[in-house]
Amino acid sequence: MVATVVESESAGAEAYAEAFDAAVAADERIEPRDWMPGDYRATLVRQMAQHAHSEIIGMQPEANWITRAPSLRRKAILMAKVQDEAGHGLYLYSATETLGASRDDLLDKLHSGRQKYSSIFNYPTLTWADVGAIGWLVDGAAITNQVPLCRCSYGPYARAMVRICKEESFHQRQGYELLLALSRGTDAQHAMAQDAVDRWWWPSLMMFGPPDDESAHSARSMAWKIKRHSNDELRQRFVDICVPQAEALGLTLPDPDLRWNEERGHHDFGPIDWEEFREVLRGNGPCNDQRITQRRQAHEEGAWVREAAAAYAAKHTDRLHGEATA
Amino acid sequence: MSASEWPLWEVFVRSRRGLSHTHAGSLHAPDAEMALRNARDLYTRRSEGVSIWVVPSSAITASSPDEKDPFFEPAADKPYRHPTFYEIPDGVKHL
Repeated sequence: MVATVVESESAGAEAYAEAFDAAVAADERIEPRDWMPGDYRATLVRQMAQHAHSEIIGMQPEANWITRAPSLRRKAILMAKVQDEAGHGLYLYSATETLGASRDDLLDKLHSGRQKYSSIFNYPTLTWADVGAIGWLVDGAAITNQVPLCRCSYGPYARAMVRICKEESFHQRQGYELLLALSRGTDAQHAMAQDAVDRWWWPSLMMFGPPDDESAHSARSMAWKIKRHSNDELRQRFVDICVPQAEALGLTLPDPDLRWNEERGHHDFGPIDWEEFREVLRGNGPCNDQRITQRRQAHEEGAWVREAAAAYAAKHTDRLHGEATA
Repeated sequence: MSASEWPLWEVFVRSRRGLSHTHAGSLHAPDAEMALRNARDLYTRRSEGVSIWVVPSSAITASSPDEKDPFFEPAADKPYRHPTFYEIPDGVKHL
């Protein structure tokens, strides 16, 4: 009797697993209440949470320049961009919650360092030109990574990414336009733009993650169609896109080995300093402590607002109930 | 009620007059009024809507978890509900 029950249960689980595999194979989307393997869910929570955290932490380096934007036009643009990053974080937190994660738990894990955010945001924004370099290179790399995520097998993540990608394209263009203005400006402005590109180029290439043969989760994520292209493939695509864009800007990319390879039909580029990447990942980047400290502080200092809103809502609900029963 | 218990709301946006409200996403807010304001800031930053509904997620009743379940089966074997089921001689018009 017991044996039969166990048998039929495992047969049921197998049927679920088969249905899941078939849906992924047929390029159908997996939706929140579908059965999914535990590791698929865990991988998505890890990746989506990290993505959401990156959007939220990513507000800091640029917000740093809002009060010092050189014109009202640039200031309005930068505020809209930083507000978008907040929005993107919220879309992604909501999508992560469809997998059973709780918002408070996610924030707690960010604040305590148990979940990560993209290492790129641990670099400082030293000059106004950095705002342009972030828009062009950092958001450009993010878009290259994110466009394939619009076809990710998990429905809520894919839908969030569609919305995000639409909005990111303004981010990249405003950055490019900003750099172009500087590049065509005075010698000092041109030098400032070049310096920003020199500092952001290599960290941007690192955003695609470790090389394919060292990437821990890549193969499985590709099989699950969470990921559609390998890290190196996307990195190459990004380099090929950037080279002519840099030329049009009148700026150079800081890589003496960068050249067109006729045979491959791609640009060759120099070796990436992965030791630097690992150091920043370990928490030893220029701004790791500052970013997390500022995030925690913002959260703690906003506590009274959350409490007041909750108290107001509770009072209001009580009054409504009072009227209903009276 | 602690801040961590802010309920979840589902947001529906009518993109322009003449179209129905469509699910845009969800958000946390302490009450309906704040949910509306947050929804405006979160889902209509680029004039994506002319009207917003917010509904407590807990108020939604959904069909069974498995989206391919027998609940929808009765419709599967009734192709005669579609106009393409019927064969009409060539040349017959306005049908």
